[in-house]
Amino acid sequence: MKTLPAVDAVIVGGGWTGLLMAKELGSRSGLSVAVLERGKHRESADYPGTMDELDYAVRVHMMQDLSLETVTVRHDSIQRALPMRQYGSFLPGTGVGGAGEHWNGISPRFLPDCFELFSRTVEKYGAKRLPADHSIQDWGVTYDEMEPYYTRAERMLGISGKAGNIRGKKIVGGNIFEGWRSAEYPTSPTKIPYFSALFGDAAKALGYHPYPSPAANLSEPYTNPDGVSRSACFYCGFCERFGCMVGAKAQPTNTLLPLIHERKNISIRSGASVRRVIYGTAGSGKTAQGVTYFDDKGEEVFQPAELVFLASWTLNNTRLLLLSGIGEPYNAQSGKGTLGRNLTHQVSIGAATAFFEKPLNRFMGSGAAGVCISDFDGDLFDHSGLPFLRGGILVAMSMGYRPIANFGILPPSVKAGWGSGWKKAALECYDRTGLIGFSGEHLAYKGNYMDLDPTYKDRFGDPLLRFTINWGENERKMAEFVTPKALELARAMGAKEVSSFPGLKNYDANRYQFTHIQGGTIMGSSPDRSVVNPYLQHWQVPNLFVLGASTFPQNPSAHPTLTLLALTYRTADAIVDRYLKSPSQLA
Amino acid sequence: MRRREFLTLSATSIGGMLVYSLDRKPFRFFAQTEQSVRIPLRFFTQPEALIVAAAASRIFPSDEAGPGAQEAGVAVYIDRQLAGPWGRDRYRYTQEPFEENTPAEFGYQGKATPRQVYREGLKDLKGFDQLPPAEQDNKLRQIETTLFFSLLRRNTIEGMFCDPVHGGNIDMVGWQLIGYPGPRMSNYADVDKHFGEAFRPKPVSLRETPEGNNFRPSEDEE
Repeated sequence: MKTLPAVDAVIVGGGWTGLLMAKELGSRSGLSVAVLERGKHRESADYPGTMDELDYAVRVHMMQDLSLETVTVRHDSIQRALPMRQYGSFLPGTGVGGAGEHWNGISPRFLPDCFELFSRTVEKYGAKRLPADHSIQDWGVTYDEMEPYYTRAERMLGISGKAGNIRGKKIVGGNIFEGWRSAEYPTSPTKIPYFSALFGDAAKALGYHPYPSPAANLSEPYTNPDGVSRSACFYCGFCERFGCMVGAKAQPTNTLLPLIHERKNISIRSGASVRRVIYGTAGSGKTAQGVTYFDDKGEEVFQPAELVFLASWTLNNTRLLLLSGIGEPYNAQSGKGTLGRNLTHQVSIGAATAFFEKPLNRFMGSGAAGVCISDFDGDLFDHSGLPFLRGGILVAMSMGYRPIANFGILPPSVKAGWGSGWKKAALECYDRTGLIGFSGEHLAYKGNYMDLDPTYKDRFGDPLLRFTINWGENERKMAEFVTPKALELARAMGAKEVSSFPGLKNYDANRYQFTHIQGGTIMGSSPDRSVVNPYLQHWQVPNLFVLGASTFPQNPSAHPTLTLLALTYRTADAIVDRYLKSPSQLA
Repeated sequence: MRRREFLTLSATSIGGMLVYSLDRKPFRFFAQTEQSVRIPLRFFTQPEALIVAAAASRIFPSDEAGPGAQEAGVAVYIDRQLAGPWGRDRYRYTQEPFEENTPAEFGYQGKATPRQVYREGLKDLKGFDQLPPAEQDNKLRQIETTLFFSLLRRNTIEGMFCDPVHGGNIDMVGWQLIGYPGPRMSNYADVDKHFGEAFRPKPVSLRETPEGNNFRPSEDEE
């Protein structure tokens, strides 16, 4: 195997967290940084002229090639896991920019108590209220510590929104339930299309507190503190599963790459599939020495480095540590080991589908244009008499309806699935239908985890990552509770007919439920219960850092991107300000 | 190489239509000899294409509510998809072992590619295009629960509403039917207006935009 010249830092993965770390280290420290990205190179200029629903949204052109590598899924430790042979419940990205290229741009902060979920819940309801098989824990960082980093991430992306709580002062029109923020959002809220406006009016009439969804899709032209300028959103409706044609949606290619291209000390190598982190034993601890990877010519090489970052999304972060033999794999029977534990997804349901008399012009929209209510989120409502903990956000998004995905969504009164009767009903409903969505917390359980599959392999012959995952009663009861609330909202919006979510049963690996997979390399304040410390530094290997949602101990209801960027900033600060001066454990 | 096969469509049913040739140049077909147009097929034989066209037309009929699968060229769309990477499972995880009778929540676990599913399914529909519509519907009801039918139904919807660059939605008949304007660059001035009333800009396809000129559809990949 060829050994390449050493670099100061090697970063596995060229998505949001990898490129942010590269840009921070490269511009603030002068270190030589190599980013290894398994997929293709991408630039913002690649996207104009790619607004094709079939290739991008249906055939999902921007996602990981499953023929090379996928995951296997089962519901419990007894079942034989089956591979996810085609896309289903989530869509991992690949290529420079990663999933940050094809996201929708929805950018909320987490509620303050999410970071101390275990302590706060026990404090209020007692330990007995927690599900018997839970493995909920605190993050080892508090919201107050996160606030400045949230602010930095919002300014980098230029988030369009309306503050609801500036230093404790509640502001009507914003999310009055949010944690305190030091300042107003960088840009004003996005425009609100008709369907979302109907939801906002209905929510207000029912006594709820609607607010515009915080969006990384700019409502106005914006120049961020790094000097990167982006233009305003055109509401073309091609966000999710697409790269932005005009650069209005913040993506690594339009927000970080322009800065990285200016730095000679940062290189991005695409087509580089990392297979192992190589480590050596030095004194009492281990030290990462670099990584091995197959380069774009198919040659396996060793890249030595002083610092190693895993920034390759939840699946690969966890799998690379398992394959490299770093850390103790979690054993669900004994409860021992930390690597792979606390796998969570997100409760993502179309709680109510509303059918209207009037047309909605739903082709116009933007990935994060919409109205939300947080009245049933977190612990913002009393759970004393309820059969579940926590909650989530009800939303009416106007992401831009596209016809292949949305033709044929019909009310329960229509029985036909093809032919003239079906066609007539589907034509009538096509632009008169909207979804009230719900994103709720998925608690962590002892029985939900990741390990290596004993049967199925990737193209190199390495075992695939295996998910053991199911919903608990808490998630099922939460979905039952929120569905009637969504139906009430749909009727208040003037829907002539409604249909409701049928209920959460087993985890459905075939139904798309947001690309928010968390856990596996979780953060925490104790090496007995977490893989990385609160600075995302590996407990046993101090020169190894793990970035991204794989470090989340459990899933909060809100979408994860803003938080994982904030955590990356926090880690970058700790490295530049402390670690580089004296390399050692930061916590 | 196999003999080149064609799908012959009646020109009166499709008028002057915009199709994309094998070298991806758009051109407009007008009535040729004997009032018909001949479209080169990439995967189906001509008898297969006629059956698929007839079945798609029962799923999405041409009727008083407007044009259907026939006018949109759904069979041409499906032919190209099957010939391309999707048809041969280029991007699907196809390592063994394949498990039988698995719950739906794990997705399709079978071994057969879309090409194989179509080839097998079409064997049961011999002579389908010669049957009267009521008998065609009966025949489709018998196979309604098969994987083949669910693929055919899904592909019919795709062929109705995809960008015309993929061979379906000819002349944007599908988009016109539902008032979808296609890849419209900016809705900035309209997105917060027209509340409660239909706003229906004239549809534009990808190849009619300056940016979409170089777009290469996935079915043309090697």
